[in-house]
Amino acid sequence: MSETSLHFVEVVITNKKGVKDPEGDTIHKHLILRKGYAEVLGVRTGKYILFSVNARSAEEAVKKVKEICEKLRIYNPIIHDIEVRISA
Amino acid sequence: MYKDFSLNDWDALIIPGGFSYGDWLRAGAIAARTQAIEKLKDAKDMHIPILGICNGFQILVEGELLPGALLPNENSKFVCRWIKTYVEKPRGPWLSLVEEKQEIDMPVAHAEGRYYVDEETYRSSLLKSPIVRYAPGHNPNGSIYDIAGVGSEDGLILGLMPHPERSSEDILAPRGFRANGKILFESLAHSLKKGW
Repeated sequence: MSETSLHFVEVVITNKKGVKDPEGDTIHKHLILRKGYAEVLGVRTGKYILFSVNARSAEEAVKKVKEICEKLRIYNPIIHDIEVRISA
Repeated sequence: MYKDFSLNDWDALIIPGGFSYGDWLRAGAIAARTQAIEKLKDAKDMHIPILGICNGFQILVEGELLPGALLPNENSKFVCRWIKTYVEKPRGPWLSLVEEKQEIDMPVAHAEGRYYVDEETYRSSLLKSPIVRYAPGHNPNGSIYDIAGVGSEDGLILGLMPHPERSSEDILAPRGFRANGKILFESLAHSLKKGW
């Protein structure tokens, strides 16, 4: 049996394209553009969740977190996109 | 005790408003994964009428018993005021006494009530189902298509953000509004006796 070790897995949840993000729009329009950063074309906000997982490999940890996100609906697939990645 | 909750004891189920699990993650998301709420899928199969009000509506969409999702209000604020709505395609036990386009005035009190549904689901399924819409100028949260509430196609399951139970006594309605939300409960009483 192979040993398990601790892996840190990051989940980033953002509103899908087409779902309005009033917080991102406000940061963009009323802060960033107003202060002259015209090269910033858009801002989207989201939610960040860090999982500490015991697993045999990084791949296994990511797979487990993906399963949790789907089964327990950590994100809402109707409105959200997620990115699941190993913490660098 | 919520753990002893048995579907056989009930003719109809109402999930009221309030807050569950501090609204963490998303309003209703954690409650939707509890033992009692997971039983609602069986209730649906048994054709038991289910009504979700406010947080109850959020729980029903998070539990995938109704389509769509409820997002934070467009202005990011908690909104608490009376609004006017009207009903389209009333049917099923909760709306059996309601007429097409009938206006119902009710208060809303929520921070996450901005309904969202993708256009395809809206056209293919919602347009065949009962819909409660905010009257023009009364959309308090930026909901798409002015949607305040939606039902299953047969109307057995209904969810809405406004509070019909707080619109059942004339003394509670401010000037310019009618306390006529009681009709949902009168419809249910009627339907349980006479069918729908």
